[in-house]
Amino acid sequence: MSNPNALLHRRDVVNELLRDRADLLVIAGLGAPNWDVSAAGDHPNNFPLWGAMGGASMIGLGLALAQPKRKVLVITGDGEMLMNVGSLATIGVEAPKNLTIAVLDNERFGETGMQKTPTASGVDLAGIATACGIRTSRIVRTMTEVAELRDLAHEGRGTTFAQVKINPEALVFVMPPADGVILTTRFRQSVLGDEALFN
Amino acid sequence: MAEAAKSRAEAPERLPTWPDEIYRVLKDAGIRQVAMVPDAGHSRLIRSFEADPETRVVTLTTEEEGVAMLAGAWLGGERGVLLLQSSGVGNCINMLSLPVICHMPLLMIVTMRGDWGEFNPWQIPMGQGTRPSLEAIGVIVNKVDEPHLVASTVQGAANLAFNTWKPVAVLIGQRVLGAKNFKELARK
Ligand SMILES: Cc1ncc(C[n+]2csc(CCOP(=O)(O)OP(=O)(O)O)c2C)c(N)n1
Repeated sequence: MSNPNALLHRRDVVNELLRDRADLLVIAGLGAPNWDVSAAGDHPNNFPLWGAMGGASMIGLGLALAQPKRKVLVITGDGEMLMNVGSLATIGVEAPKNLTIAVLDNERFGETGMQKTPTASGVDLAGIATACGIRTSRIVRTMTEVAELRDLAHEGRGTTFAQVKINPEALVFVMPPADGVILTTRFRQSVLGDEALFN
Repeated sequence: MAEAAKSRAEAPERLPTWPDEIYRVLKDAGIRQVAMVPDAGHSRLIRSFEADPETRVVTLTTEEEGVAMLAGAWLGGERGVLLLQSSGVGNCINMLSLPVICHMPLLMIVTMRGDWGEFNPWQIPMGQGTRPSLEAIGVIVNKVDEPHLVASTVQGAANLAFNTWKPVAVLIGQRVLGAKNFKELARK
């Protein structure tokens, strides 16, 4: 924290984004973002992905449209976001107020051996999001900015995108349940009530 | 020239009734989110949904976005439908592991190319691969080749998807849609 140029630590970022999470709904992209969200505490309102690479933001869109009164936060990796970067165009057009996408940008495909992603060569995801019409779109480099991002996500006053520059560190895996039916059912039961267990 | 040929190709020769019938079926099934990459065969249905204030029509950049979006809709308690051309099925395959492994309903309505009377050779590989690739990833496939059976096929597929929480695809064959011949259109 003393060095203002030091890269952020991903679990500090995620812990701050999920501070006092109340009834925030969280989608976590596959790999390290899933483990980070799980390290902050397993929760029925988390939908952590174990696959479906490229799908996190669009799951967030469908959920945000279905639940306009709830706030939806997608936490994913730069590799995952880049796999379906066209989603930002779709989301920019739909522009749900209650959707925030936070990309944890370590400039690497961490899970598969820390190979460089296009952001390592300067590809500007926040710029892409801006160009897609997501007006609140920024690069985040400090914990103060992370705290602002947390508030934006919790307030839900407009679609928000952030490319959070983080340290390419490999941390211990903290895993949520892996079974898709468990994750789906407990999420739906938490959000929709016991009725969700019936058709 | 190419543009003119294209717009003529998209104009329906005679008005079929099945698009209006499946609009009613999908409304009765409680569909609220419509995710699509357009195909000429879906144009009438898309217009019906666009005119409907209760449904949200979302234009995708690639069909797999729709698979993910409708998974999110289901997590939030809404039902949706994905409208796509058979070529778009190829864009969805890995993303379909999401509804398959999570036991989520997904209703896909696929307008076929490359299955009957096709003139464009580039539509053949994915057209012929549509059913086997859907079945390989675990999607239930119902194909319909007669206009009067389209609505009941979609209704059955919607029931299957939403009552048994499974991904289901209806393939509407080119016998229903009518195969176009661009070579003739180019001569006109
Ligand atoms: C369709 C697909 N392609 C490749 C993979 C392999 N894979 C798993 S995680 C991952 C990288 C994720 O990188 P990123 O989203 O940047 O997350 P990080 O771990 O770096 O935080 C890749 C390529 C996959 N699971 N699915």
